Parts: sequence; structure tokens; C-alpha cells
Amino acid sequence: MLGRSNRIIVTVLGKDRVGIIAGVAQVLAENNVNILDISQTILQEFLAMVMIADMSASRVDLTTLKAQLDAKGKELGVRIDAQHEDAFLYMHRI
Amino acid sequence: MLTIDEILETIKMVQEENLDVRTITMGINIADCAAVDAGTTGRKIYAKITRIAADLVRVGNEIEREYGIPIVNKRIAVTPVSLVYQGESEEDYLIIAEALDQAAAAVGVNFIGGFTALVQKGFTPAERILVNTIPRALAATERVCASVNVASTKAGINMDAVYLMGHIIKETALRTADRDGIGCAKLVVFANAPEDNPFMAGAFHGPGEPACVINVGVSGPGVVKNAIEKMPGADLGQLAETVKRVAFKVTRMGELVGRVAAERLGVPFGIVDISLAPTPAVGDSVAEILEAMGIEKCGAPGTTAALALLNDAVKKGGAMASSYVGGLSGAFIPVSEDAGMVRAAAAGALSLEKLEAMTAVCSVGLDMIAVPGDTPAETIAAIIADEVAIGVVNQKTTAVRIIPAPGKKTGDYVEFGGLLGRAPVLPVSRYGASDFVRRGGRIPAPIQSLSN
Repeated sequence: MLGRSNRIIVTVLGKDRVGIIAGVAQVLAENNVNILDISQTILQEFLAMVMIADMSASRVDLTTLKAQLDAKGKELGVRIDAQHEDAFLYMHRI
Repeated sequence: MLTIDEILETIKMVQEENLDVRTITMGINIADCAAVDAGTTGRKIYAKITRIAADLVRVGNEIEREYGIPIVNKRIAVTPVSLVYQGESEEDYLIIAEALDQAAAAVGVNFIGGFTALVQKGFTPAERILVNTIPRALAATERVCASVNVASTKAGINMDAVYLMGHIIKETALRTADRDGIGCAKLVVFANAPEDNPFMAGAFHGPGEPACVINVGVSGPGVVKNAIEKMPGADLGQLAETVKRVAFKVTRMGELVGRVAAERLGVPFGIVDISLAPTPAVGDSVAEILEAMGIEKCGAPGTTAALALLNDAVKKGGAMASSYVGGLSGAFIPVSEDAGMVRAAAAGALSLEKLEAMTAVCSVGLDMIAVPGDTPAETIAAIIADEVAIGVVNQKTTAVRIIPAPGKKTGDYVEFGGLLGRAPVLPVSRYGASDFVRRGGRIPAPIQSLSN
């Protein structure tokens, strides 16, 4: 299962406000990264949003994408991370 | 498909509970670097390490970014130097120690292990010279770590080596007296030393290992502690079950990182060491896990039983998570590197004797313990003898990393900084055993060594 997928998990944690999903989706779209799934939940008054996205046709590598998402997170006042899906699959699935 | 809860659980472990991969350690066989003189041997060692480990730090950082898992240390372990070069003088071994130090600096790793001799059954003349060089080598270098295996279940205890190590530890402390004897933090005396341990200061690349290998050490005391804190009143069977589940998840991370690193570096993957390794960071403490289980202060009665439960549950969970488990694989109880241990020692709850008892049920031994600077070499040797006896009889690894802090008395503090932390100086029994350790010779292997 190692290294076969190009899928990443984007997580957004922070205070809810207008435009978070739009902002993240915009960065992904500009880099030709396809969003496969979005889910979100509210923890206390904080938003926790998770996106699963496919980087197969991405114009940039994960390091560059992370930097762009990080910049967008600062703009929106939330924390945005992007990690290879294997980090989660390996922990929670055998 | 992963659920949002699973994803958030992983994020929380990393961001709030200090989950990390403690070390990616590249083991490199340097036996082929042997030449007729130490200078040439040193140059060949430098050339080989800087060639093979050139990408280690870069790949480690890359994985850290892509997978979002902090990898705290990237390190190198080499073939025990005693098996590589038969030196004729301490100067020979100093040249090699310096070559190792420079190679580590060149590739950007903070520690390199393998200034090592395996003398459980006796010394060769060259091994004796190497061991005698350790104080100077550790004072002259920044990154080199030394270890000496003085006992094994199969060989018994080399008491000549144990006595010598008492003196070597004292001299190492004196030569690094300006930094509270920090040289001793890079010197481990072992019984049953594992050949594939990725953790410093005791890592070396054993003679049974392949040319090059990637071993990984995981961590995660904070994750275990938080899981236990959520279960007030749960019985101990339930606690064990929870620790097992957490250890499984933590180990999977280590397995993933190890496999990706090995693949990218084009090197075989060796093992995951499923030790619980604390750091001085808040919440990253093994002592605090025991306290969360209901021990008032680490070291109080009940501590050994709680630690036995913890250690066993970690192994059971970890063993299911990885195809290859090895190294030390048990909970570490280093005093200076664990804020909870430091608090317990300062409060008088945790003594040297209790720590010794605890090492009978966990990894790895009397670790990062500061004792008064005037503790005699014979007493340090006797402490080593006690600790290795536990390892030899119980067929497990035990080790001693003890710092007789120059000029310090009981209750003073030593400060090493960084991951090595700080610790109160613990009292040592004022009764000695010098006649016992001076007898020398070899304590025979115990009856349980006759297993064939």
C-alpha cells in the first residue's frame, strides 16, 4: 500500500468564519488538485474540516502545496495542514 | 475511507500529545575501512559515512514534511570500532573518534554511535586500549557516543571490565567537568547489548547486520498518558487494553516512516524499536504515565507493578503493528530526560535503588542518573555489576549511563540542556563493595544460559 496513492489529507483547524472552504478549495483548484471528499465537525466553537484530495495531476509537489496552504491559513486565521494519506491509513487501517 | 474522527485523532496526537518518531538511525558497516594505520582508516571511515549517509538528513526532513510526523533525530550507528581497527595506542583510537565526529558533522547528524567494544568474556589488548581511550575521545568530540558490553546471559559478567568502567566513567566525568560531566551522557555500559538499537547513546551496528540498514525508534509517552487520563476508575485490565491500542497506532507511524525512509535511501529497512522514549518536554514523560495510573509520585510503592503493566502492553500493541520489532523495545526511564522523573527524584520519591528495581521490568537500565562527584569508582563499578546482573539473569538488555557530576553533592542539579535535560544529584549508599569488585574475574553465565 506504501507510496501507491497520491492522495493527501488537508485539515483545517480554527475559528469558523465565512470563506474557509472556498479559500482552501481555491488553492487546491489553482494547482489542479482534485477534492474527493470533504467533511467537517464543530469542536467547541472551533471548526475542524478535513478534505481528502488527489494530487495525481497536481502542478506542484506536496512541499510547495503545503507552503501555499499555510499562507492561506494565515490569511484566514486558521491552521491548515496537508499530509500524505498514508500517515493516517497506516495508523488506522491494516 | 478514513473517518473524520480518525484523522483528527492522528492530528491531535502529533499537535497536542508530542507524538513523534524519535529517531531514524542509519546503521553502516565500516569493517571494510580497516587499513594498516589509524590515519588511513579514519579517512576511509569518513569517506564511507559521508557517501552513504549523505542524503539521510534531507530524506528525513522530506518525510517529516510530507507525512506531517516530526522526526526528532537523524543518527548514525557504525560497526563497533573495536571490530574495525586494532589500535596500538590511544592516539590511534582518538584519530578514529575524530573521523567519526567529523563525518557526523559533515552529514548533519547530532550523534554517531559505535565507539564500542564488546568485552563480555574478556579483552583483547586493542579493546583494552580502546576502552581506556573513551574519556579522551568523549572530551575531544561533540557527537561521538561510546558503549561497552561487559556482560551477557551467554558469557556471564566480565568483572574486570566492570571495574575498569567504574574508573572510565569517573575519568570521563572529570574530563568534561566544565559541562557537569556531559561525557558520561554519551557512554553506556551494557549487558546483552542489542545489535540493532537505534537509540543513542548505545547504538552501534552489530556484526550480524547487513551493509547498511535503517532502524527507527518511536516515541509517544504523551499519547499514552492522555489516553489513560481519560479513564479514571477504569480497572487495570482496561488500562492495559488502551495502552496496547495506543502503542499499536504509535508503532504504525514508526513502521511507515522507516519503510519510506529505507525506500527513498535505497537501503533495507531493519526494525522498529517500540520503546516509550520520554523527553524533557511537558507531557512527554513516562513518570507521568505511571502517575496517571494512580501512583502518587513515581518511585512510590506500586511503581514497579504499574511500569510492568505499561511495558508489557506497549510491547503487545507494538508487536502487532510492525513486521520487524527489535532494538531495546521497552519503556525508557532516563531520569534527566523525563520531567516527571526529575520531579519525583527532587521530591525524594525516586531513589537509585527503586530505579534499579524498575529496570527489572522495563527497558533499559539506570539511565541518565546523576550521582555525587565524589562517588568512588569502586561504588560505580558495583552499581554497574548490580544492574548488569539483572540483565544477565533475566535474559534482557540492561545498561548503565550514570554521571558522577564533578563537584556536585546530593540535591545539587546538573544541566545538560536539550534532549539530555537536567537532573538532581541522587544520593548513593555510603557503604561500598570495593573488595568485591576488586576481585575481578568473570562471574559465570547463569544456568538459564544453558538453553540448548
